[in-house]
Amino acid sequence: MHEVGIAQSILTIVEKEADKSGASNVKRVKLIVGEFTGVVKESLEFALDIVKKNTSAQNAEFIIETVKLKTYCQECDKTFIGKDDAHFLCPDCSGILGIVEGKELKIEFIDVE
Amino acid sequence: MHIIDVNSQILKENSRLAEENKKLFAKYDLHVTNFMSAPGAGKTTVLEETIKRISSKYKISVIEGDLRTSIDSERIEALNIPSYQITTGTVCHLDARMIHNALHDFKLEGSDLLFIENVGNLVCPADFELGEDLKAMVFSVVEGAEKPKKYPVMFHSVEVVLLNKIDLIPYSGVSLEELISNVKEVNPSAKIFPISCRTGEGIDEWIDWFIGKINSK
Repeated sequence: MHEVGIAQSILTIVEKEADKSGASNVKRVKLIVGEFTGVVKESLEFALDIVKKNTSAQNAEFIIETVKLKTYCQECDKTFIGKDDAHFLCPDCSGILGIVEGKELKIEFIDVE
Repeated sequence: MHIIDVNSQILKENSRLAEENKKLFAKYDLHVTNFMSAPGAGKTTVLEETIKRISSKYKISVIEGDLRTSIDSERIEALNIPSYQITTGTVCHLDARMIHNALHDFKLEGSDLLFIENVGNLVCPADFELGEDLKAMVFSVVEGAEKPKKYPVMFHSVEVVLLNKIDLIPYSGVSLEELISNVKEVNPSAKIFPISCRTGEGIDEWIDWFIGKINSK
């Protein structure tokens, strides 16, 4: 349950950015969370609800976009998206698949007033 | 009302501190290994067995991470190895700042190797870089052959997986072949060593590989 720590890191960055722009109220925060991280969306939402209290983002809506695991085989030049199993061998040539997407843990934008 | 394009990594502060740790480790010419596992997989015992076999050649220091107690640190100190205990309270992983802070008190001058034993947890430690050279995982075979598929993020993040407690296979009904095949599915390039800290089986093979790794740095 390290989502509380992640939520605190998010709030630190959000408050700093809001401060820089002279805004007093954060309306929306857009987050990008890869499926292949240890972060669970529901736990993060729960943690953000607690951590945002008494900050400039206390009324903010946190929009979490999850990114499916996307892997790529260099040999076959093929991409695989959103399989249930985290399987890192190419089904065609048994080569090792690299991660293209799914490790993201980012704040995309904040909407302030 | 306006939109600010933040485009910022959430863990950028951790990454920054991990880079600082890396620089400090490089200054001391130190090879650093981060050992991760679920609670009870045998990380401390693996450290003890590794230390016993190589401490005549290398000067080793250990950082222990646990929610509470200094039991693990005391076990390491009993081998005459300097050990620093980080107690995280409720935090389920070590992060770069905890290591950074520990380095203010814990002097690494003269050490060749640093072993960091992470908090026992199969999920969270995988997200936090510490500045290490090598990520290793200890997995006790009795945890079940399907776990690599259920917890792929950590299995995928490491370079080496030590499958510990193989002496218990006859009592557990776990298939070592199935477990190895599942680890390979999630991490095809991982080096895998089936070991038993009780019987000593496989430990020398792990040590040989590890020493090769240190020398190739």
